[in-house]
Amino acid sequence: MTRSFQIETRNDGNVRVLSLKGYLDAHTAPRFEAAVEEELRGGRHRLVADCSELDYISSAGLGVFMTFIDEARAAGGDIKLAAIQPKVYQIFDVLGFPALFDIQPTVQDAVARFGSGAQEG
Amino acid sequence: MASFERTFCLQVPSSTENLALIREFVSAIGEQAGFSENETIKLALAVDEACTNVIEHAYQNEASHEVTVRVTVDEEEVAFEVIDRGRGFDPTQEPALPVEELIRRRRSGGLGLRLIRAIMDDVQYRIVPGQMNELRMVKKRRPAGGVRPESGGSQ
Repeated sequence: MTRSFQIETRNDGNVRVLSLKGYLDAHTAPRFEAAVEEELRGGRHRLVADCSELDYISSAGLGVFMTFIDEARAAGGDIKLAAIQPKVYQIFDVLGFPALFDIQPTVQDAVARFGSGAQEG
Repeated sequence: MASFERTFCLQVPSSTENLALIREFVSAIGEQAGFSENETIKLALAVDEACTNVIEHAYQNEASHEVTVRVTVDEEEVAFEVIDRGRGFDPTQEPALPVEELIRRRRSGGLGLRLIRAIMDDVQYRIVPGQMNELRMVKKRRPAGGVRPESGGSQ
């Protein structure tokens, strides 16, 4: 009955891509939080969240982006969002996220926005 | 005024594991009441946020309690009541800080209520001391006599 949430992580050049699948709510957000934290602690500050298979996000999931965005940017990186489905984008939009986060139509676009500099650390 | 009224009720243990079930319950009613897919997702989100508040604040993540979601549909509106018997926590008293400020403070606690307020037409909180706490959220169905405009216009 419970709909799940999965994260897959991969490298795309010097960028880490986190593919989010399923439903990101207060039950599943701690896993997402742990995954982002692990990347940042490992010195990987150039992150792209591939949202193409993300079906839902609540404030618990949005809060993870908010918690870590400053840290990633302060280290010279960013957390960019890509390929958000319209039904999920409207939730980001309600809170004004498009003005605060770099949201790109595709993962490729988001990765390209980092330029070709080497991943620090 | 309303010539018909239907009430639906769901009671689940106070665990975030049940948020998916709560959203499915709300979505099914939203669809039946004629809301579009995008609107239905937002209604489910608002109720999810209210229930998350109850689970995390009123019950402090103890799964041994119950959360009740009661939905009343009439011709004009859909009312969602989230009822608990935990520690009274009035989310409407929380200051509505701008998202930029929430980021600066590295906290996301005010986000849920911002979403609820943006999605619903009316939000009220009621404490019956020693008995229950109730967050009541109302969404208008459509302009009187008219057809519901497609997609998410109400801000």
